[in-house]
Amino acid sequence: MAVITYREALRQALTEEMERDPNVFLVGEEIGRYQGTFRVTEGLLQRFGEMRVVDTPISESGIAGMAIGAAMIGLRPVAEFMTFSFALIAVDQIVNHAAKILYMFGGQISVPVVFRGPAGGGAQLSAQHSHSLESWYAHIPGLKVVTPATPADAKGMLKTAIRDDNPVIFMEHAKLYSTRGEVPEGDYTIPFGVADVKREGSDVTIIAYSQPVLLALHAAEKLAETEGIQCEVIDLRSLQPLDMETILRSISKTHRAVVVHEDHRNVGFGAEIVARIQEFAFDELDAPVLRVASADVPIPYARNLERAAFPSEEDIIRAVKRVLV
Amino acid sequence: MKTEVAVRKALPESLTPQRLVELYRTMLLIRHFEEQCSPAYRQGKMGGYMHVYIGQEAVATGFIAHMRDDDYMVCSYRDHGHALARGTDPRRVMAELFGRYTGVSKGKGGSMHLVDVERGFLGGYGIVGGMVPLAVGIGYGIRYRGGDQVCLCFFGDGAMNIGPVHEALNMAAIYKVPVVFVCENNRYAMATPVEFASAVPNLAERAKQYGMPTRQIEGMDLLEVYRQAEEIIRQVRTTPTPFFVEVITYRFEGHGIADNPTNQALYRTKEEVEYWRQRDPIVNTARFLLDSGIATEQQLLEWDAHAKQQALEAVAYADASPEPPIEELYRDVYTDMEVQEWR
Repeated sequence: MAVITYREALRQALTEEMERDPNVFLVGEEIGRYQGTFRVTEGLLQRFGEMRVVDTPISESGIAGMAIGAAMIGLRPVAEFMTFSFALIAVDQIVNHAAKILYMFGGQISVPVVFRGPAGGGAQLSAQHSHSLESWYAHIPGLKVVTPATPADAKGMLKTAIRDDNPVIFMEHAKLYSTRGEVPEGDYTIPFGVADVKREGSDVTIIAYSQPVLLALHAAEKLAETEGIQCEVIDLRSLQPLDMETILRSISKTHRAVVVHEDHRNVGFGAEIVARIQEFAFDELDAPVLRVASADVPIPYARNLERAAFPSEEDIIRAVKRVLV
Repeated sequence: MKTEVAVRKALPESLTPQRLVELYRTMLLIRHFEEQCSPAYRQGKMGGYMHVYIGQEAVATGFIAHMRDDDYMVCSYRDHGHALARGTDPRRVMAELFGRYTGVSKGKGGSMHLVDVERGFLGGYGIVGGMVPLAVGIGYGIRYRGGDQVCLCFFGDGAMNIGPVHEALNMAAIYKVPVVFVCENNRYAMATPVEFASAVPNLAERAKQYGMPTRQIEGMDLLEVYRQAEEIIRQVRTTPTPFFVEVITYRFEGHGIADNPTNQALYRTKEEVEYWRQRDPIVNTARFLLDSGIATEQQLLEWDAHAKQQALEAVAYADASPEPPIEELYRDVYTDMEVQEWR
């Protein structure tokens, strides 16, 4: 298998899907002439032309609405948000239009659109550029929400997203773009709603998604080396649909769990996971399920404060030890 | 009575007397249909908001008359008239208002979310201006496929003050999408007069800066709307370029069912309403039909009775239709995924 970056994996998925299906086109800010703010769409304008790689003004509502409208008549647009922090401008189009159209018109109009781009922070981008907010979208019936953490998952899931007949929120993470991993050759897809056990273990289940999966894997290695604690790391990959079976199967083995995400803790997606665990596996638990997440503060600029705001390997290690007490 | 030649001269070239009669009867159907809505609402047959189009019938009728079978349209929540003008079965529209399974959206959308995919009517939308970016996407899709269809996008004067509309108008001009933006200026966004809400109250003037042709037209006269719409739609279909048209019109009733005469007194006078009622598009067209000898007094009465009959049949059909089965609650959230019952 080839080892490529997360960014290249996304680009491969876009390229292959555009070659496979003439209805697929890209729309977003700086994706064409400028080759993409994070270079995900590099070379695609030259390859597919300006009808299929559509540069836009800074108009997030317009971008989202245009993608939704085109999807309503059968095209398969992939709209890029420069970051999901800017998607806040387009939330009415995503929530009140993309997510509602199938239902409110009695199942007669589907909206096969993908909204993709980086979420999260960690590069001193401060309060307005560091949002995660996947729990907002996962809260909305009608949207699917996926958060791949590895190049292989990114490619396989972006293809699935593009072929899906429903609106998909495809959240990347800026810190993942340059990470590398093995990616299978040729055409493959990864279904939504299937979590991936990225590391097996018998003592504590760590549930994570997106970039924090890498943090969790590092923490698990360290705990194994230094303390002999074996953590099982579950990468959810997809939040809606959510694979509860994999989580519950693991908890019936470990009886202890920690949920990790970069979004704020208060009303974050971890709260939903914990609620479901206590609902379906209360008797399996030997300790309260803990959450490791961002502090409930606007993300600050200063390097030390920002580091303190985001979840760290040490935070995960501490939480694992606490559930083992 | 005018001579046949004089009638021909008064009518746009493409409008035969027979076709004019059809359009007049469409307006009659819309009027009678909506006159049945308020009593049905008061009887508890309907819920939610209910926004009637009474007074504005010439706008939807005059524009939609020029749509081809494969054209598209979207509109706001004041959408009964647009659906009926497009030829959607009035019984199924009424059933939707009654929340019945036979409704155009299976009873799941209601008055604000009518739809008729077969006729290219891609929906009425409840967020002011929210459908305008969608129309740009529909227009882009038409261009993408190299088609010569157009998309009509109807919205009110209130929508001119919400951001996404301006993003969309700018993008429409950038991508040269074949969309006709029909801004139905009925003078009030709910209770707020356009002169208060828009620093430039001439909305066609305001839209001029977006790099597309704009025009302000009279909306209470069916023949005038028909004539203007024909020219505008032809231009958009053949150029292609978007077009912004402000149509001056008036709603005779309140904004919605809750905007009763007492509330209306807070923002408009009876005299003002009366002034516009004198310009009722249905009365005006009837007068033209009589004066020109196209119709007799007797025919007008028959058509009126027939439209009323259709409206009453729609009510009876809706009333007799079943509610959606409870399983519908969980259907259509996703095309391919079950939503778990929460109980």
